[in-house]
Amino acid sequence: MTTPTSQRPPGRKPRQLSGRPGLYTSYAQHLRLLNTRPKLVAVGAIVLLALAMPWLVQDRTLSLLALACAASIGAIGLNIVTGYAGQVSLGHAFFLAIGAYTAAALSGDPDGRTIGFGVTNVLVWLLAAGLVAAVFGVLVAPLATRLRGLYLAIVTLGLVFIGEHVFKEWRDLTGGAGVGRPGPVPELFGVTLNKSGDVLTSDQKLYLLMLVCLVVLGILARNLARSKVGRAFAAIRDRDIAASVIGVNLARYKMIAFAVSSFYAGCAGALLYTITGFIEPTSFNLLLSVQYIAMVLIGGVATISGSIMGAFFITLLPALTRELPTVAPFISSDASAPLNVFQVETVLYGLLIIGFLIFEPRGLYGIWTRIRNYWKAWPFSY
Amino acid sequence: MKELLSSTLAGLGQGSVYALLALGFVIIYKSMRVISFAQPALMLAGAVLVSYLVGPFGFIIAVILGVVGIALLGLGLERTVIRPMVGKPVFVVAIITLGIDIALRVVINGFIGTDVRQVGDPWGFSRVSLLGVTVQERYIAMFLTTAVVITVLFAFFKYTRLGLATRAASYDQETALAQGISVSTVFAMAWAIAGGLAAIAGTFVATGVGVDQQLWIIALKALPAIILGGLDSLGGAVVGGLTIGVVESLIATYQSDFAPWLGDNFSVVSPYVVMLLVLLVKPYGLFGTKEVERV
Repeated sequence: MTTPTSQRPPGRKPRQLSGRPGLYTSYAQHLRLLNTRPKLVAVGAIVLLALAMPWLVQDRTLSLLALACAASIGAIGLNIVTGYAGQVSLGHAFFLAIGAYTAAALSGDPDGRTIGFGVTNVLVWLLAAGLVAAVFGVLVAPLATRLRGLYLAIVTLGLVFIGEHVFKEWRDLTGGAGVGRPGPVPELFGVTLNKSGDVLTSDQKLYLLMLVCLVVLGILARNLARSKVGRAFAAIRDRDIAASVIGVNLARYKMIAFAVSSFYAGCAGALLYTITGFIEPTSFNLLLSVQYIAMVLIGGVATISGSIMGAFFITLLPALTRELPTVAPFISSDASAPLNVFQVETVLYGLLIIGFLIFEPRGLYGIWTRIRNYWKAWPFSY
Repeated sequence: MKELLSSTLAGLGQGSVYALLALGFVIIYKSMRVISFAQPALMLAGAVLVSYLVGPFGFIIAVILGVVGIALLGLGLERTVIRPMVGKPVFVVAIITLGIDIALRVVINGFIGTDVRQVGDPWGFSRVSLLGVTVQERYIAMFLTTAVVITVLFAFFKYTRLGLATRAASYDQETALAQGISVSTVFAMAWAIAGGLAAIAGTFVATGVGVDQQLWIIALKALPAIILGGLDSLGGAVVGGLTIGVVESLIATYQSDFAPWLGDNFSVVSPYVVMLLVLLVKPYGLFGTKEVERV
């Protein structure tokens, strides 16, 4: 594959015409990461705002945002394998668990109740969590090359159940069902991130860690999607036989898709349980996988920004439903009451998935493009 | 030897429940090419409905009413949620059924509450001696009921006009439409039958142990069964269901003696392990149609 820049005729510099942000004069420009000026400005503004958040909102909100950032990484991972490469995976919870336990075991207390090696450096355990999960992804990939569509969905569903059993029984690592173990210990350049220091509180530090991880991994995923690999994924998704006819090595690219997706899931798992600080083996169940499916579908299939929107939406949803009793007094916040917020929350997952698939299959990202296109043409509507 | 036999018989009983659920999955798959992940919710709904009806009507009538009720529920779901999605990618429809399952189960859990509800079956845990082998009565009831239901179902598909229409539609929808077959009736009927089968299965799963909020997980064990038999094979679903039931029961009996390192309750996940092993050897199951790739 030649690099896009070499396809530009020599001597002609691509230029941006003023007032025509959608007009591209070269292929390289079209493929660029931030291909229009408004996009560049908007993304820059969002990142700056996100960086300023620790000093703008309360710590409680901040830890919720940190969770959403970590979940975004996991959602991006699922979107790579399901959205871009079209391989339906219901086994995301399994890979999240692998990452979480790898990180927790590496950084755990060597003298503790559960396995621990005392390597608390974030960079080390984060990378290890991703890599170990990726290895498991590669192990699953041969199944994906033999199976298609719903067969694969069921197999990955089986993976969640087998994983849940192993995690429940391997008490040295996980502490066992109902007991659990402490999450990963984050430490970077001598600073322990989950303890409040003189300058920043623990929530502020964790949030910044998650944000940096999300930005780095998000850009990497976006880059992957516009590269040769990303185009191969799309070809496999749209018609795998046609893809193999034009020279895409199915086994190889399905393996890459699963490896990358699991890497992201592993990182997300490690980071998520750094924030919560506690891992319970039964939490890696089918519902967790479904939550990630919901993030991808609600956010927008095969878009990175959509995955992030979906993850924020699903993570912040409980915070919204907890407020419901104040506006709708017939809904109780007591878990034992007949109609309570926890039930409303779970029903909403289901209904939102159904609603988005029927009425807005492109998800939040699709809604955003419609709003954008409306204002692009405003005041002239077609 | 006696232990082996009684364990196998119990497995056949439990397996016949999986076979009923698996048939529901396969019937929907054959008509729409979609796996309905809503089956667990329908099964739970069936068990709960029977547990409410058993008081005023008695067990037999309650089961019949429960089957009709859940068949109508399946029909309603198909009409309202699945019908608008005809022609969309199967993955999308499958995920929608997953959404239905989650939403529906919350509603049903509201009817279960925190207690265990009883379906009021006449068997309970009482045992009977059969040729010197002790086996729980409910397993025999499960096996016999399933045998009758399956015979009726297979006869329906083979000898009735509607059964013929179903087979034609599952073979080729467009050609079936061109012959004047109402494919939408076939879809509706598939969901109704799957709902009815799920209700019977749910009732039998709940015999003895009762209905609680975790019962739905059992329905997912029909998935290894249909993979084992092949997604589009009715006979395969029955064989797969029975096999999974027997394997699970044997592992439950002998695993603690032979392989204690696999952990407690390994039998619960053993169907999934069997499924993975089978798929590595035969990607389309034992009786499934191999997909022909045309370029």
